[in-house]
Amino acid sequence: MAAHSDHSNDFHQTGEIPKAQTKVIWKTFFILVALTAVEFLFAFTMDAGTLRNAIFIVLTIFKAFYIVAEFMHLKHETKALIWSIIIPLALIMWLMVALISEGSYYFDSITNYFN
Amino acid sequence: MSTSTTLEEPKTGTWDGGNEPLKASYGKLMMWFFLLSDAFTFGAFLIVYGLSRHSHLPYTGRPEDFQFSTEWWPIPEKVFNAFPGFHGVDLPLAFVALMTMILILSSVTMVLAVEAGHRMDKNDVQKWLLWTILFGGTFLGCQAWEWTHFITGTDEGMLLADGTRVFGANMTMNQYGPPLFANLFFFITGFHGFHVTIGWVLLVIAFISTVNGVYHKRGHYEMVEKIGLYWHFVDLVWVFVFTFFYLI
Repeated sequence: MAAHSDHSNDFHQTGEIPKAQTKVIWKTFFILVALTAVEFLFAFTMDAGTLRNAIFIVLTIFKAFYIVAEFMHLKHETKALIWSIIIPLALIMWLMVALISEGSYYFDSITNYFN
Repeated sequence: MSTSTTLEEPKTGTWDGGNEPLKASYGKLMMWFFLLSDAFTFGAFLIVYGLSRHSHLPYTGRPEDFQFSTEWWPIPEKVFNAFPGFHGVDLPLAFVALMTMILILSSVTMVLAVEAGHRMDKNDVQKWLLWTILFGGTFLGCQAWEWTHFITGTDEGMLLADGTRVFGANMTMNQYGPPLFANLFFFITGFHGFHVTIGWVLLVIAFISTVNGVYHKRGHYEMVEKIGLYWHFVDLVWVFVFTFFYLI
């Protein structure tokens, strides 16, 4: 048997390949690009401060929503799967807020210790 | 007293067995839970960043007068302002914007490959995987440049009290600010880059398997889907790193 007679890797597509449904994908892409552009707009036109940081964080959460919901398809999974991913992440956000305020307290303590 | 028993009705609820309550395959579920645990790791890194930043002195002067100093935490725009081929030109965040675009683009080509897999369109899967490999590799190249620049430093460096200057960064000292700033840069972007590298290798393996018709013979492209989940997660992490490390 000749070495090249193995055709098991050749395929003949049976039936028509359906047309690509990419409208939602490109829409999500343009939303992500637009949100990033808005972030840069704020970075260059607004002075640093709590308000600007809050805007950045809100925009980031929007971007995260679009990536997870559409690209990772989580929006179209069952409710039980959605919640088992979202709830632990919400708890992480809580830890983040708690430890950042802890950092501020630590800074306050060491700078005001000798006053 | 009657002792006759009646057969209990078989339970048919969602969680009574015999079906898939989450309507996702084993592999996809395990990828989701792995990504959740990975999110905890990255979350921990970013939380430490927030904690360290808040326990250091912030820069309170005018942004135009900003100088590098170990006294205060640096303004990211003043640190990440270099672009390959534009030596000494102040282009704040331009290079990181490019990197962000490249990674989002690679995420799009990845989801297009997954979509093509659902349609069993082998040629399209190959095409989009190849684009994703290209963009992923470009991102890694950009990160290598960014690291090289960060480690080498700028022409001016940082002036110390004894008149000497410090250039670039290592684990114990850097020209940008407190030692923790460079350490966290290395750990956070390094751990993310490590993830991208792993994802890139997985993509190359998936591409070779697609070309060889492994998934077509199997009857589904679920492997591409699972690698896709991982790849999007890496993009997601970058979105957060970008905000917390470069913007805020």
